[in-house]
Amino acid sequence: MALTEQEILAGLGKIINEITGIPADEVTPEKSFVDDLDIDSLSMVEIAVAAQDEFGVEIPDDQLKHLKTVKDVISFIQA
Amino acid sequence: MRLGQGAPAARVLAFGGYQPAQVVTNDDLAARLDTNDEWIQSRVGIKERRVAGPEESEIDLAVQAGGKALAASGLSSDDIDLVIVATCTIEAPIPNAAGRVAHRLGITAPGAFDINAACAGFCYALAAASDAVRSGSATNVLVVGSEKLTQWVDPGDRSTVVIFADGAGAAVVGPSDRPGIGPVAWGSAGDKAEAIAIKDRQSFLHQEGQTVFRWATTALHPVAKLACERAGVDPADLDAFVPHQANLRIVEAIARKLGAEKAVVAKDIVLAGNTSAASIPLALSRMIERGEVRSGDLALLLGFGAGLTYASQVIEIP
Repeated sequence: MALTEQEILAGLGKIINEITGIPADEVTPEKSFVDDLDIDSLSMVEIAVAAQDEFGVEIPDDQLKHLKTVKDVISFIQA
Repeated sequence: MRLGQGAPAARVLAFGGYQPAQVVTNDDLAARLDTNDEWIQSRVGIKERRVAGPEESEIDLAVQAGGKALAASGLSSDDIDLVIVATCTIEAPIPNAAGRVAHRLGITAPGAFDINAACAGFCYALAAASDAVRSGSATNVLVVGSEKLTQWVDPGDRSTVVIFADGAGAAVVGPSDRPGIGPVAWGSAGDKAEAIAIKDRQSFLHQEGQTVFRWATTALHPVAKLACERAGVDPADLDAFVPHQANLRIVEAIARKLGAEKAVVAKDIVLAGNTSAASIPLALSRMIERGEVRSGDLALLLGFGAGLTYASQVIEIP
């Protein structure tokens, strides 16, 4: 069964909190990783790897650079 | 035909390290490039690095480190019958570095060869040295990792110039009654060869940072664990973990996944930068100097880099 946006958001919030220390409730769909959450390219890789473990969806590096917002990642995982 | 008579086991007798004198701080780089101290420290964990000037070659660096290791081992140049230099940044590939380094150190007519396994080179060379001592191909081996990376780095490329540095580290390997160098776990991933590469003679070193970071933080802790398993050492019993000093975040990520709770983790990169094949013996020589590791301690080494190549083994600190 496909995960809902809310379920993925909750999972991403937990992952991002563990990797960057950013409170999970600050991770909302419209936030930009670079501009709003100040997450760098290496942390994005760590988040992608953790997301793969959590959701079973691989996010390759060449796709990763196109995923600017939390919503972008949610959509990628749902697709 | 018969087989040679080797030693029952091999061990490291001594380490030595050498850094060129010139210090380049993050502020020095920020003065000429669009970067800053905070950015560099948060991305790669480096505060300063050393750079060799035009008067000092990778051979000179190797001679300095090799001489220190030899002196610390208590052996003389006459006792060494094999010299292995791990390097991937030699200025001209002919002749090799090992013969020149041996000659400069007064080591007469040793076996002499270079190994290019990039940042994994020292661990590859250490495995070759251990095997040579055990097989009887050599009695005492000088192993040197030496790199002048700055001659292959674009001074205007802020993604690489902040990371790579110059330096050398060395070890003397000799016979032992009990194992002092564990079995190596090594391998390569040629499918990712382009992730770290110098394309041609006119090019500088290029690195795909995210690809390397992902590989290093996901593929290597199993290799480190395998090296422990082959040596019969529980990671929880390790006294030290000395991975290649690639990037502090990679070092910390692998250390976390390894589960070596009581091990001191080498963080030499902070003051040395990434010196490729030199980084492990350089870090070890400084950890020994500072008393962070003691004789008899078990240390896990893990080299990894361009190729992509990797190699890991457990050693006993001399």
